[in-house]
Amino acid sequence: MSAVLVVAGGVFKDSIRDRVAYNLVFFAVLLMAASFLLAQLTAGQDVKIIKDLGLSAASLIGLLIAIFIGIGLVAKEVERRSIYSLLAKPVTRTQFILGKYLGLVLTLVANLSVMAVAYFAVLAYLAWVTPESVQRGWEAPATDPRLLQAFMLISVELMLVTAVALFFSTFSSPFLSAALTLAVWIIGHAGADLRALEALGASPILAALGRAVYFLFPSLAPLNVTNAVVHGVPVTVEHMLLAATSAALYIALLLVAATLVFSRRDFK
Amino acid sequence: MTVTLPTGARALHWVVLLVTLAGAVGVRAATDGAFETYTPRNAVQWVRSPEAMRRLSLGFDSLLADVYWIRAVQYYGGTKLSKDEDKSFDLLYPLLDITTSLDPLFNIAYRFGAVLLSEAYPNGAGRPDEAIALLEKGIERAPDRWEYPYDAGFVHYWWNDDYEAATEWFLKASRVPGAPEWLEPLAANTLAEGGTRAAARGMLTRLAEASEHQWIRDNARRSLQQLAALDAIDALRSLANDYYDEVGRFPSAWSDLVRTGRLPGVPLDPTGLPYTLEPASGIVDVSPESTLRPLPVERR
Repeated sequence: MSAVLVVAGGVFKDSIRDRVAYNLVFFAVLLMAASFLLAQLTAGQDVKIIKDLGLSAASLIGLLIAIFIGIGLVAKEVERRSIYSLLAKPVTRTQFILGKYLGLVLTLVANLSVMAVAYFAVLAYLAWVTPESVQRGWEAPATDPRLLQAFMLISVELMLVTAVALFFSTFSSPFLSAALTLAVWIIGHAGADLRALEALGASPILAALGRAVYFLFPSLAPLNVTNAVVHGVPVTVEHMLLAATSAALYIALLLVAATLVFSRRDFK
Repeated sequence: MTVTLPTGARALHWVVLLVTLAGAVGVRAATDGAFETYTPRNAVQWVRSPEAMRRLSLGFDSLLADVYWIRAVQYYGGTKLSKDEDKSFDLLYPLLDITTSLDPLFNIAYRFGAVLLSEAYPNGAGRPDEAIALLEKGIERAPDRWEYPYDAGFVHYWWNDDYEAATEWFLKASRVPGAPEWLEPLAANTLAEGGTRAAARGMLTRLAEASEHQWIRDNARRSLQQLAALDAIDALRSLANDYYDEVGRFPSAWSDLVRTGRLPGVPLDPTGLPYTLEPASGIVDVSPESTLRPLPVERR
């Protein structure tokens, strides 16, 4: 376990030093602040727009970090040839993969925490400058704690995307890994339509293929509760647990598959 | 290793930097507006299908709904301000349809969207039927909200003069759990007093006081001002008729009525603009510049 933590610590330190991640998080924070301006363009929906934009920015920036750091986790070590010295140390390949994964997950959680703090700060400011009479018309308070549920599920989604990126990075080039991870993410969000291809006029074979892909690939739609939380609609604990459990099973599956593929690679 | 430039070379770099900056800004200012960009004469909506847009949103449906709502509001505002005689609000309903398909709980898009759709042309789309369709969609998605059937009743009352349909919708609204108690008496009064300004004033006062949205409250206040203007026009018309009976012609200006003691001064509408008086016919109206135009009677 300590070897996993050592590898994870290395990834975390590297990622925190990485200017790309810094810039992305900075961009997300800037976007959240700028949502104030965007909200002026519309009719009385500033609080909803700021909530939507903030959650979307956190999700999108987190996705970019997960993909672009995730695909380089293994590939960079191979490219720099530092993999040889790493594997010469008392670290098994399983520990290496788990450490890399845990390190990036820690990075993502740290980045998301920064974005969440900025998000709630912007919303608290909005509540502060908005008269009480206007706030009474809001469906939910600006700093509604239920928004944290959306952040939690975004974290779970990013953990899953990281596992996908890491899996692909164990056997393909960074560019291909990014494309494949993005494809899985798109399939994950378009899942419901894949299941119902027949209704869209697809042939029986294509419909069967769609159903197979639907059940084989993780569904990311249940991890997106933005629409509900911005309107103050409660997301049940059962929903949270079920969605997180489903994602956890896919993460475990992907990490095991990544370890298997990586253990078969010959670096001699 | 850091390589520093010699002092002379560094100064030259600064000079080149400033000259190119001045040149770039100068050319930019000189050519400002010289390049004509193509803008379609009529607004275009490339994706018409709400279902297709939902699929394309890839989980960002809530954010995309905001984008479409902003687009709908901008489209309405731009079209309303347009001087084009053939202007049309044709895209307003499709934009609102996509907005509410992407975010089925987008309360203001249903409520304020219905206001924009039902408002008489050229101030709005003049499509009460589309307003009702939008509100029916809202009722289907959120049957626990009494405001949507109430708004549908109001559209029937105010824009369709259909007091039976309005009563039916008010009754539907009153049956929604948690609906305010005043809805049932309102439904009963609508049939009895339908078409009277007093009944309309009662409904609008409820909206102006109780609606959770500032824009809807403001719109109701504007309608209340229109009713006040209608009352004032009736009273002024009566004074003009009295003047005709006495003098044998309509007053040529408000000053005739002021001079004869019928009015204390030039009468102003609730927005502060003087009413207009047509000397030949004695017709009184709000000023062409008034934001109260068109008054509800003008569409009937």
